[in-house]
Amino acid sequence: MDLMNYLEIVASLLLIVFGVLIVMSKSIVKTIIYLSALSMIAALAYVLLKAPDVALTEVVIGSGLITFLFLFTYKRQKKVGDQE
Amino acid sequence: MKNILALLLIAVLAFLTMTYVVDNNLIPEYGEARLDQTVSGAYVTQSVTEKNNDVSFGRSDNLETGSANAVTSIVLEYRAFDTLGEVTVLFIAALGVSLLLGSSENFAKRPKSGFILKVGSKIILPIVIIVGVYIITHGHLSPGGGFQGGAMIAAALLLMAISDPQFIPSIKQFKLLEGLSGTIFIILGLVGISVSGYFLSNYMDTGIIGTLTSAGIIPILYMFIGLKVGSELISIITDFLREEAECD
Repeated sequence: MDLMNYLEIVASLLLIVFGVLIVMSKSIVKTIIYLSALSMIAALAYVLLKAPDVALTEVVIGSGLITFLFLFTYKRQKKVGDQE
Repeated sequence: MKNILALLLIAVLAFLTMTYVVDNNLIPEYGEARLDQTVSGAYVTQSVTEKNNDVSFGRSDNLETGSANAVTSIVLEYRAFDTLGEVTVLFIAALGVSLLLGSSENFAKRPKSGFILKVGSKIILPIVIIVGVYIITHGHLSPGGGFQGGAMIAAALLLMAISDPQFIPSIKQFKLLEGLSGTIFIILGLVGISVSGYFLSNYMDTGIIGTLTSAGIIPILYMFIGLKVGSELISIITDFLREEAECD
């Protein structure tokens, strides 16, 4: 067991943890932030599996632009309907 | 109770999948895959039509693709037509977003950015843009390429939009750039038909593998893909920054 194996185990465990957190968290903003963190760890996993091309895409699209799109869409939402 | 049931179900499913994969040897041990018996081996040794020869970095010349990055040689040489489809998908996505959100001329008011974001973005911005340009121009040598580099440049503009509430990308030029680079991509492919008989063929000299001017038309194609993807993503981001249009 060298450093790479430990990194792989830590990355896969963190992936599971963040995946559960995304499903379980009550607040939408928190979910989006967890999703961004999951993308970052997935990129680390891709690098460890020797797929740097996919890792680059994951970092830029999954962690950067997707977070922006989700956050802005969430902020744009308005409450519609009768006020009670 | 429901959660525990779901967790159990997932555990059973994962166990069954993993035992099936391991028992049938669907995935070879890490690093043990025999590439010389598969099609991907021919892709890695850069020669599908001829006999496989050893390729040495910085010395071999006149290879089939001449791209040191095997992923790029597949994406823009053997499967270049698929890449054209991918770019088209992104174009349609950007078109849909601008049809839905782009009707308003005004931009929504953004909150004032903090001091750390303002100063930090000024330091990070040039680095992000330079890395993006590097990834695009070295797409045939190192990991990455037009998609990743273009997305990185778009992310740099997003950072600018977040840090400066007054900043608005001038979208007209980006739309022009996007259409122009898409057209040039298709024209370069059509030239391939007249030169060597099939769409997007690599008709230029492939040069010595590992140098910046190697791989024929791949760097040129990647440059235009980078411009196209970058401007498409920037137009999506700009549409999201717009104010909501009034509708009755």
